[in-house]
Amino acid sequence: MGSYEYRHYPYRRPAELDGQENGKGTRRPILIVGAGMAGPTLALEMAARGVPVVVLDDSDTVSVGSRSICQAKHSLEVWDRFGIAGKMVEKGITWDEGEVYLRDKPVFRFNLQPAPGHKFPAFVNLQQYYVEQYLYDRCLADPLIEMRFRNKVVGVAPHPDHVVATVETPDGTYDIEADWLVACDGVRSPVRHMLGLAYPGEIFHDQFLIADIRLLNELPKERRFWFYPPFHPTHSVLLHRQADDVLRVDFQFGPDADADEERKPENVDRRLRLMFGPDARWEHEWTSVYTFTCRMMERFVHGRVIFAGDAAHVVSPFGARGGNGAVADVNNLAWKLALVMAGKAPVALLDTYCSERRAAAQENILNSTRSTDFVMPKFPASRAFRDAALALARDFPFARALINSGRLSVPTVQPGSPLDTPDADGDWSGGPPPGCAMLDAPVGGGWLVDRMGQDFTVLTFGAAAKPLPDVPLVEIGDEPLARERYDARPGTTYLVRPDRYVAARWRRFDPAAVAAALARASGKDTSCSSAR
Amino acid sequence: MLQRTLNLARPDDVYNAIVDAHKGLSDEQCRAFDARLILLLANHVGDEAAIREALAAARETLDKA
Repeated sequence: MGSYEYRHYPYRRPAELDGQENGKGTRRPILIVGAGMAGPTLALEMAARGVPVVVLDDSDTVSVGSRSICQAKHSLEVWDRFGIAGKMVEKGITWDEGEVYLRDKPVFRFNLQPAPGHKFPAFVNLQQYYVEQYLYDRCLADPLIEMRFRNKVVGVAPHPDHVVATVETPDGTYDIEADWLVACDGVRSPVRHMLGLAYPGEIFHDQFLIADIRLLNELPKERRFWFYPPFHPTHSVLLHRQADDVLRVDFQFGPDADADEERKPENVDRRLRLMFGPDARWEHEWTSVYTFTCRMMERFVHGRVIFAGDAAHVVSPFGARGGNGAVADVNNLAWKLALVMAGKAPVALLDTYCSERRAAAQENILNSTRSTDFVMPKFPASRAFRDAALALARDFPFARALINSGRLSVPTVQPGSPLDTPDADGDWSGGPPPGCAMLDAPVGGGWLVDRMGQDFTVLTFGAAAKPLPDVPLVEIGDEPLARERYDARPGTTYLVRPDRYVAARWRRFDPAAVAAALARASGKDTSCSSAR
Repeated sequence: MLQRTLNLARPDDVYNAIVDAHKGLSDEQCRAFDARLILLLANHVGDEAAIREALAAARETLDKA
């Protein structure tokens, strides 16, 4: 590896090994297993709510390889609460142009430029190791978060009201007790294996080769997708730019390719030479051959053990739904877990983490499976339609919309969640309904997302709203874009959850209605559990 | 709603135009041709419910045959 220097984070001998923290008195509120993208994000969310956290990770460094490189707007908005999204945008590559090629000819160009008036772009390309580095640094600076590197969980014993984890370190093995354990330990989740839980789903046999290279001369700025290119005539190739002048080249291979042969440097170089021409010079950063699966656990909550991210569900890489889906999981989980831990909500509130995020995972699996089927058609008719769409795209603009090399990850919709209060007023012609993510907009010279805290928030538009006892109120004045995005009239009121999803909305400000919706959204309404 | 009664002014001409367009094509070329034609027509129709109804009707008559 070239451009990125891997730091080794300090291992410290855990106090438990010296008997200092044994006994019932030292039960922790929460253990997080795994320091990928989900674990440290959850740690920051819990610490922001005053909960002390222990994070256990078996390694002592960040992601080896660039892995999840496309960081979506909704993830950046989560990380922005901890002050680290700005430098991700600064370090990463914000691109909006792309081009699709069929054989040796460009078919069409696209521009993904998002609507103006959002604090963050639709996404940035940034290697996972940078994301994790910024997360780790922020966690290490938080007095409520203890990062335990080279602490490998080798046993999990669930009990009705707590969990005991057995942890292996370079200095020996210790037991640690916690009220809750959240497994963010990735697709091969050792915690899931130790508990013997099934991970049903679909296995795909096509193989992909990722070659991350640093191109030492002219650098393409845009994303490129080739179908049947001269340098790889039977399949497809995807090119992405990342930070530090690194390019990701993603070659698709059939199920019968010899992965060990293809990954040999001379074979990778031969393809790259055909691709970039005789004068190009590059250095290798990382090479990886992968296949993928789409899987989902039946339940994400098993008593006091909760699963999040790739440990709970996994999709194909098309559409950047792995890392971004993991961040969305912990964004949904953190506030619910904090309310339950504080005794302010029944444990049943966590069932909605499972129902809402399983629905989201299903949506993500559907989207990524559609992209997968477009990139790698599984039967002859599927290939005929794919090739037809490609052939029509140059001259018939409608067909460009059919070309699916991965749909951008946007916040999933959670329709019919028992936490939501459905619209009572029928006269909405826009705005995010309950179950949809809130929308950013310029407000008062800043951004609406910056006005939201870690708690529920009420947004009101141009009404004489009275302050409410339990929930902060954000009054939005004469802001045309915000009014438009929220289909707002004088009196329009939204209740937004701590994870920035809309829980309820009204055409007039009614404190009693807000209080009822707030109780329902925090799981205090008993219909919450029975509605499932 | 899918049109189930005649919607063409000159049905024989349209029918034969479709058949004749396949003349001289191999089976594989026919499949590629039909895929293009279906996508073009689906976009022109625009009505997702009607397209789904047509898909179901085509499949049903195939299964009955």
